[in-house]
Amino acid sequence: MNPRVLVGVLALQGAFDAHVQRLTELGLESRLVKNTSDLVDLDGIILPGGESTTMSNLLVASDLGVELSKRLHDGLPVFGTCAGMIMMARTIHDGRPDQISLDAMDIQVRRNGYGRQNDSFEQDISITSLDSPFHALFIRAPVIESIGHDVEVLASIDERPVLVRQAYSLASSFHPELVTDLRVHEIFLSIIHESLTTSKR
Amino acid sequence: MSSSNNAQVGSFPVKRGLAEMLKGGVIMDVVTPGQAKIAEDAGACAVMALERVPADIRRDGGVARMSDPDMIEGIKAAVTIPVMAKARIGHFVEAQILQALGVDFIDESEVLTPADEAHHIDKYKFTTPFVCGATNLGEALRRISEGAALIRSKGEAGTGNIVEAVRHLRSILGDIKKIGSADSAELFEWAKRLQAPLSLVQEIAETGKLPVPLFCAGGLATPADAALAMQLGAECVFVGSGIFKSDNPGPRAKAIVEATTHYMDAKILAKVSAGLGAPMTGIGMDEINQRYADRGW
Repeated sequence: MNPRVLVGVLALQGAFDAHVQRLTELGLESRLVKNTSDLVDLDGIILPGGESTTMSNLLVASDLGVELSKRLHDGLPVFGTCAGMIMMARTIHDGRPDQISLDAMDIQVRRNGYGRQNDSFEQDISITSLDSPFHALFIRAPVIESIGHDVEVLASIDERPVLVRQAYSLASSFHPELVTDLRVHEIFLSIIHESLTTSKR
Repeated sequence: MSSSNNAQVGSFPVKRGLAEMLKGGVIMDVVTPGQAKIAEDAGACAVMALERVPADIRRDGGVARMSDPDMIEGIKAAVTIPVMAKARIGHFVEAQILQALGVDFIDESEVLTPADEAHHIDKYKFTTPFVCGATNLGEALRRISEGAALIRSKGEAGTGNIVEAVRHLRSILGDIKKIGSADSAELFEWAKRLQAPLSLVQEIAETGKLPVPLFCAGGLATPADAALAMQLGAECVFVGSGIFKSDNPGPRAKAIVEATTHYMDAKILAKVSAGLGAPMTGIGMDEINQRYADRGW
């Protein structure tokens, strides 16, 4: 049971190439998403790291923001890393007032909550379901300040969640696309498979 | 502010990580908090805080130095996106000050008057990442071997003329292509010719790309310029004088951001290029008396 899976990567700004590379290494097909037409037939979408204000601007400059939001509410599996997670969050602190929220996960995040670049760090973290540590890079990373009761914490540092899941949504404050370890992307792939077997799409 | 136990700050992967996050975006020169806000509103992925844009440095002459810390603090307070600032080539104390100020990236820049005619800054001594300019692959690899986490073309800053940036991009990317088809014995000759570490030349032969991201800078003034740089193979663009020396900075900045994202889509490029008013006037290469790109080695 390994149906052909097509994963989109939002490619308005940021580290989308690195995600494409990881997906390719997993043997998956991927597509850069810049316009509404690129959303057709996707089985899942990754919202990459970068600047959430820049991506937010570009999302509202066309109807891509509205369409993407619709697809996410219809249950399209989504994985947001760093800035991508910020855009997924229900509530964004320290963002810009006009910043888009796709409301794809019941979390509150604080932009740059871990500080500026001089506070950026790398560290091994434990992820539930993985039997050895994952090396995680945090770049001007957002902090997950609170989570809704449907949100499952898959990893945390000092009791702050850094990898969370709700239904078919996955979000991390770190950058699994910047390391060669594919295990976090594999978690997203298993979420996509789950959605394909349970939904009628 | 960061966390406990085995966390490591300032490592090369962490520095390079921020360069990765800037990809596909536009980094804009700003000289006031007000300009920084306009840049952020337009969708800049970072701003470069400096006292005078290169066009004014060129016009005024004299010694160009690191900006006043107050001015950098003002810009840091005005925006939520990363803030970069320039240090003179070889002026490691200016770099120490910029790191202490908490800027997110330091540009060891030929646009400022060089402080050392033989040595660039040892960038491994810093936790703040550095970007450096290059006119060719040898220069790029020497800067990377000194610890630069990001390379940009030098172009010719403050001219509004993209010809030099195109020359530098083509030179860097052309040599990367040639190294990709060289055999292992030829790589020694490449390292000698480029005056660059053999290990970096071998890495390029293996991966087919620079070990750090490659951005374009120097003379970009229009959305079409940004798209040209991206189609040639740059991964992000810097726009200096081109925005705030134009008639209509806000809309022009926004148009350049959209052009950088949709650089392959000529219909979108046509749409965003319309109605922007006059770009900066610009100057030809035979009209300038000082080539900034010749600074650094």
